[in-house]
Amino acid sequence: MSVLILADHDGRQLKAATRRAIGAAKAWSAPIHVLVVGSATASVAEQAAKLDGVAKVLRVDAAHLAHPLAADVANIIKSLAGDFQVILAPHTTLAKDVLPRVAGLLDVAMIADAVEITAPSTYVRPIYAGNLLATVESSDAIQVVTVRATSFPAAAEAASAAAIESLAAPAADTRVRWVSESRNASDRPELASARVVVAGGRSFGERFEELLGPLADKLGGAIGATRAAVDAGFAPNEQQVGQTGTVVAPELYIAAGISGAQQHLAGMKDSQVIVAINHDPDAAIFQVADFGLVADLFDAVPQLTKALEQ
Amino acid sequence: MKVLVAVKRVVDHNVPVRAKPDGSDVELDGVRMNINPFDEIAVEEALRLKEKGVVTEIVAVSLGSAASPEALRHALAMGVDRALVVETGGVFLQPLAVAKLLKAVVECEQPGLVLVGKQAIDNDAGQAGQMLAALLDWPQATFASELKVEGNEAVVTREVDGGVETIALTLPAVVTCDLRLNAPRFVKLPNLMMAKKKPIETLAGSETGADFAPRIKRLKVAAPAQRKAGIKVGSVAELVEKLRASGVLS
Repeated sequence: MSVLILADHDGRQLKAATRRAIGAAKAWSAPIHVLVVGSATASVAEQAAKLDGVAKVLRVDAAHLAHPLAADVANIIKSLAGDFQVILAPHTTLAKDVLPRVAGLLDVAMIADAVEITAPSTYVRPIYAGNLLATVESSDAIQVVTVRATSFPAAAEAASAAAIESLAAPAADTRVRWVSESRNASDRPELASARVVVAGGRSFGERFEELLGPLADKLGGAIGATRAAVDAGFAPNEQQVGQTGTVVAPELYIAAGISGAQQHLAGMKDSQVIVAINHDPDAAIFQVADFGLVADLFDAVPQLTKALEQ
Repeated sequence: MKVLVAVKRVVDHNVPVRAKPDGSDVELDGVRMNINPFDEIAVEEALRLKEKGVVTEIVAVSLGSAASPEALRHALAMGVDRALVVETGGVFLQPLAVAKLLKAVVECEQPGLVLVGKQAIDNDAGQAGQMLAALLDWPQATFASELKVEGNEAVVTREVDGGVETIALTLPAVVTCDLRLNAPRFVKLPNLMMAKKKPIETLAGSETGADFAPRIKRLKVAAPAQRKAGIKVGSVAELVEKLRASGVLS
């Protein structure tokens, strides 16, 4: 029996979260197979094959999988499931869409967003927006699991590459049609896996990008935002950090003009070093910050950017 | 077209939750409960589809404990046409069980579209909608931030990592609702009072033939380790100095 990992990628690069899912899969001490679904994914499959712990890469490549849809990916995983005792993926949009469908097809339970694997079928996962942690045990013969990538170490590069096996794709489910997508092009690192995140709240107003952009670029970081800043239209949706947005755990998190609502804290409190800049000395964010600065962000953020240039 | 909306009763999102002292479960005694916010968005979307003339009837369904009708009363006050509860006694319903019970309701009601919240804010599983779609062998669209019904298709814009994606599903289909799909209407007190008088149909879970026994055992519930508050610095210069000393600036 083995572990099957559904790889997340953008067609060119294997996402960092997938490397961490491979790291998490080591809990089973079983051979790890990585499934790469897409179109023209040769280089993604090669990247996966070179990771430590990967025994084999299964590649399902077809034109209609260029934008993988839940029904198609779930059917592929279901057809493979008999050989695996664990079906695992990082807790990204792809897996959140696909893996519950797989679990439904297989008539097994699913564990979402595990932050710890304490034994081969026992997991710790956040509930109530991370305000509590539940330890749960699944009794199903096939364990379907998503893991919070930031909670697990990334698989390192291996000395030799695993074999890549190409499998035929089943016919497309014609009841679902991909229409279009709009992705924010950015040279900055991906929010979920960035080493540094610079985040802002609604009080930046229209100057959100103008003030935070240079600081993020100086630090080689990603930009995050509170839900209020996103709802007010000052930051794009995919920058939202929190329970319903992206969960981050960077080495450095700089929260500027963020009061520290429960929802937001749930998404960033596992960061290694937290810096808070807020004019309100009683803001909840200071309760979790390693370094707090009570100051007006319109002064402090440009000053910080400048100070880092020296 | 008929729409089925599933609603769950959960701890109000403003209420802080605690584990029971023995760590066996979440303390729910005396805690204020409310409709799951994402399910409220699903109800609102169904109402808007009806106002556009796309939908003719909205049926709200809730599962489980005797207190579930609270969420259904809210949905009735918002304006759904009918409410249905599937009574399962005190069993804690996990997502797979929810999907199986909903499947039984779908087979009975024959809706053209099922709307659910993308996740419930208590268990944060985010699975019931997708599992239901799998069991029904229907198309699914998760994390919808825009929904249009055009002929026999639902055109859904969904929130994905790094942006949005639009897909079209042949109906019948399951759509799970994200935060930005809409802002639910305010429920006026008279509507809430009137909703208390409306009938709620009851279906016995045991009669559905669905297996709703739990598959996952909850061993422990505990609060996560609390972060300690750090220090306050007096200036940007001092902040930079501390950051350099801590080694996080490379």
